[in-house]
Amino acid sequence: MEAQVLQFIQPLAGPLWGWVEPVWPLLWTLLKIVAILAPVVAAVAYLPYFERKVIAYMHVRIGPNRVGPFGLLQPIADALKLMFKEVIVPTKASKALYILGPIMGLAPALIAWAVIPFDTGLVLANIDAGVLYLLAISSIGVYGIIISGWASNSKYAFIGAMRATAQMVSYEISMGMALIVVLMVSNSLNLSAIVMAQGKGTFANMGLGLLSWNWLPLLPMFMVYLISGVAETNRAPFDVVEGESEIVAGHMIEYSGMAFALFFLAEYANMILISAMVSIFFLGGWLSPVGFLPDSVWWLIAKISVILFLFLWFRATFPRYRYDQIMRLGWKVFLPLCFLWIVVVGVWMMSPLNIWK
Amino acid sequence: MEFKTFVFYLLATIMVLAALRVITARNPVHAALSLVLAFFNAAGIWLLLHAEFLAIALIMIYVGAVMVLFLFVVMMLDINIDRLRQGFWHYLPVGGLVGLLMVGEMSVVLGGNYFGLESIAPPDIPGGFSNTKMLGRLLFTDYVYPFELASIVLLVGIIAAVMLTLRSRKDTKAMHPSDQLKVQRKDRIRIVSMPVEKKEGGE
Repeated sequence: MEAQVLQFIQPLAGPLWGWVEPVWPLLWTLLKIVAILAPVVAAVAYLPYFERKVIAYMHVRIGPNRVGPFGLLQPIADALKLMFKEVIVPTKASKALYILGPIMGLAPALIAWAVIPFDTGLVLANIDAGVLYLLAISSIGVYGIIISGWASNSKYAFIGAMRATAQMVSYEISMGMALIVVLMVSNSLNLSAIVMAQGKGTFANMGLGLLSWNWLPLLPMFMVYLISGVAETNRAPFDVVEGESEIVAGHMIEYSGMAFALFFLAEYANMILISAMVSIFFLGGWLSPVGFLPDSVWWLIAKISVILFLFLWFRATFPRYRYDQIMRLGWKVFLPLCFLWIVVVGVWMMSPLNIWK
Repeated sequence: MEFKTFVFYLLATIMVLAALRVITARNPVHAALSLVLAFFNAAGIWLLLHAEFLAIALIMIYVGAVMVLFLFVVMMLDINIDRLRQGFWHYLPVGGLVGLLMVGEMSVVLGGNYFGLESIAPPDIPGGFSNTKMLGRLLFTDYVYPFELASIVLLVGIIAAVMLTLRSRKDTKAMHPSDQLKVQRKDRIRIVSMPVEKKEGGE
């Protein structure tokens, strides 16, 4: 694709091309980053709108419908309102860390997109250690919460941060363990290779790619990963961080204006990222579910949308977990299940019934 | 100056400054966060050396797990800085000696003469070389027994840590979900049959 863009740009720049050429690799990478992040940020802006609409219809309400047609301009109105509000810094707060907290929350959710493949070869950084990179980046996200909770100089924010951090650290472990099984069957740490490995097998040859994706043979791990993903993003039914009906708003209690909005954006950006990861690891990424339709990036977008809808559906359906039961589920149910399934899949792969050759 | 050299010096400068902040910061939380910054820059330098697995493992293990727990502890402790600094002059000779020893050892290693580092040519790395894959292959073939031994040592450490802190107290009212799930209807309610009472002056 780079060659085509160059063909178009070189005559356009004319004699100025001599100036542009030394920095072209940098410019090209920046363009690619913008091409990936602009749709992500747009989706982050409109996801709260869809959440309110979907949950409203599930409650037999109408939802936002005042600003623009069908309330479509609601996110813009919300953003404008938050932008013009003052960012209040509490007395005796650690100011630099107080500002750094929300930034550290949002940044990891965006930089993780560097290794997400959208189509064959359509990826910003096609690195061999892609899964490790994702795990490392998602483990940094905790810092946004713990820093903002501590820097706020408020015991409510601090206790909220402790709860959120303990929950995220616990569920990261079961997510990593579920991924180990995926790595075993796809024999690679490269995300593109993991997607391609799902397009092989008996069912894929019969034109039913849908049944050869990882979700079917690794069904327990798919469930563990999806549920841990919901817990990792602190969404209902695991939203004890911000249980609207029982406690204050957790680590973000002292924040206002755009700093508060950043936490909100981080939550939705993380949701989209987790959905993309579920689609790539278990639902075949950009692969087409049936043989007669071509593979394309639209399949990936459709899969991400379905998982996102599940997130919203969970919120409208399930009552909130009690905190000790969240911890029990992570440590005493998911973790042993992952260990067991690693052994089961290991034995399966060594037996003559191995389906991942 | 080559671009890589520039990046190296940038990362190294930030790392040294962050390391200095770790020992000079008055607030222990700031010191721990400076240590996180130092880890990040160390990972960047390792990436420059084509050791991407080590770099990502450093971020994942030290930044993502160890330092988070460390921050947990530091934030919840009430640390009195003045009392920690009381014995400074008393401990200075011993600390200085250890510091000098470490500087001497590092200069022997980094000087390169002793180990003949100057005569070793930098490894020729082909384009599609995967550090992670090679490391995995070595760990699970040539070094599989030391690797498994190390994992057993870690497992023993985990079990020991759990056993040291595990104590079941009788006086807490902790709820156990497994007991709660096992509850049957007959454990909680008792149906008593009573004779029907007639209403006074009824129809």
